[in-house]
Amino acid sequence: MGEPIIELRRVNKWFGRFHVLRDVDLAVSRGERIVICGPSGSGKSTLIRCVNGLEEHEEGAVVVDGVELTDDHRTVERIRREVGMVFQQFNLFPHLTVLENVTLAPIEVLRMPRAEAEARARDQLARVRVADQAAKFPGQLSGGQQQRVAIARALCMQPRIMLFDEPTSALDPEMVKEVLDAILDLAQQGMTMLVVTHEMGFARSVADRVIFMDHGRIVEQNAPGEFFAHPENERTRDFLAKVLPR
Amino acid sequence: MSEALSAAVREPPPPDGGAVAWLRRNLFSSVPSALATLLLVAGLAWLLPRALDWLALRAVFRPDYDACRALEHRAACWGFVAEKHRLVLFGRYPYSEQWRPLVATLLFVGALAASAHPRAWRRWLLAAWAPVLAAFFLLLRGGALGLSPVDPAEWGGLPLTVVLTAVVVAASIPVGVVLALGRRSAMPLVRGLTTLYIELVRGVPLITVLFVASFLFPLLLPQGLKLDALARVALAMTFFQAAYMAEVVRGGLQALSRGQGEAAEALGLSWWRIQRRVILPQALVLVIPAFVNSLLSTFLDTSLVTVVSIYDLTGALRLALGDPRWREFFLEGYLFVGTLYFACSLAMSRYSHWLERRLARWART
Repeated sequence: MGEPIIELRRVNKWFGRFHVLRDVDLAVSRGERIVICGPSGSGKSTLIRCVNGLEEHEEGAVVVDGVELTDDHRTVERIRREVGMVFQQFNLFPHLTVLENVTLAPIEVLRMPRAEAEARARDQLARVRVADQAAKFPGQLSGGQQQRVAIARALCMQPRIMLFDEPTSALDPEMVKEVLDAILDLAQQGMTMLVVTHEMGFARSVADRVIFMDHGRIVEQNAPGEFFAHPENERTRDFLAKVLPR
Repeated sequence: MSEALSAAVREPPPPDGGAVAWLRRNLFSSVPSALATLLLVAGLAWLLPRALDWLALRAVFRPDYDACRALEHRAACWGFVAEKHRLVLFGRYPYSEQWRPLVATLLFVGALAASAHPRAWRRWLLAAWAPVLAAFFLLLRGGALGLSPVDPAEWGGLPLTVVLTAVVVAASIPVGVVLALGRRSAMPLVRGLTTLYIELVRGVPLITVLFVASFLFPLLLPQGLKLDALARVALAMTFFQAAYMAEVVRGGLQALSRGQGEAAEALGLSWWRIQRRVILPQALVLVIPAFVNSLLSTFLDTSLVTVVSIYDLTGALRLALGDPRWREFFLEGYLFVGTLYFACSLAMSRYSHWLERRLARWART
């Protein structure tokens, strides 16, 4: 399996006095696809936000691709170039067109010439099937289209790792599938990814490993077959009983 | 389900047509509404003919002092304006040289109009302003190209009001933006100092700041360094307005969701680039109405500089009223100057509405 591309060692974090991450250990190998689930407030979003430094951990170590995340902003920016992120609320920049959203980081961060950045952006937009929306503003797109643009925006930086923070939770039901298909497509091309989601069908078909979190702890992790068929922990069983269709 | 399908798509029903229907709906919809309408119409019917009579029909337009006296204020004496308009518009600037401030102001206003369109907002715009400002001050100051030198103490009137407003507003925006960002900084020292500055400045009347700038500040300057009164006042007003500007900008910054900054951070953008490309373009468009409020108050506040002996438009009017013969026609003088202020303010306000709609076209979708 080789060196893990992401390694969290005994990570602890508090929001005020609330202990949101408790002694979290996690090693992710290159190309691994991990789905994180758990009840709300269990710390799963906080966990993946610690990987690209959107949240600072107070204790322990986070190492991404051999670089330890410190509070030095150069380290943080270096890691963020390797790690793409997709948010629940899309967070597209409303004042920029779709094409400008996607080319912003390549031009500003990678110093790529505009023409080259646009060519790359059009490739990525085509990959998530929104190439025809390039000239529009985000507000003119449906939720599903916006989220696919957000995926293209992250991919345009050619990250080695992708983080998805509940990518389908803010979508109307009929748009969930088009976004999941885009993520699935990415998974099949060997992208390392951490996905926080309640889409258990997606976890079953895509994940190499499913992690269940509760109260800031990783309670259980296993390959999806085992995870869904024989959950070991009682809290996992409770959770699955609530989210799985019978 | 079949029921829903049978309801065909239709046009909305037409609104009630006709002037009578409009009147009934808008002016006479109820007894209080009808009463208010009648009262206001009666008031206007009483006022308008009298105003028209006083302002125009019976007014004297010639600079004829005796004709004006004969009116005994029963009608306006625009003769005062006809007699003194050059003093009001250009202050104590040498009479025979007053074409210079006129040309300078036209040039300046022309450049402002040309920069007003967002299409002109390019990197070169700042560079393009350098020759405009140079020409403006060269024309006013003279001492080169065969223009006789004119001391800044003799500048006055409309050119002064226009240039003071423009310079103060243009300079207070960047300072205000920096202050607003500082007030939201994660660094406690930066946050504390900017907050202290903003609260301190907002707690002091502008007139105090002007007095300090014109009387106290020169004493504090090191020997040999001299800054003329106009520059000191412009500097003081800039840092005064910047505190208000900072609060305006902060309002816009707070209106944005945290996700905007986070998404940009996750892409690896540095803090400055995030502010410049993602946060400020959205925040500044949101605060255009509040910003124009500030702009108008700066414009009108410039009239306070008369207290430190700088003769802007209002100050120049007071110079004109210094003539004992014409002094009693101060009302006409203030109406004239007030109209000029109003026309400029209205133009700025209309421009801001237009700009807001144009810049926020992404928000309307």
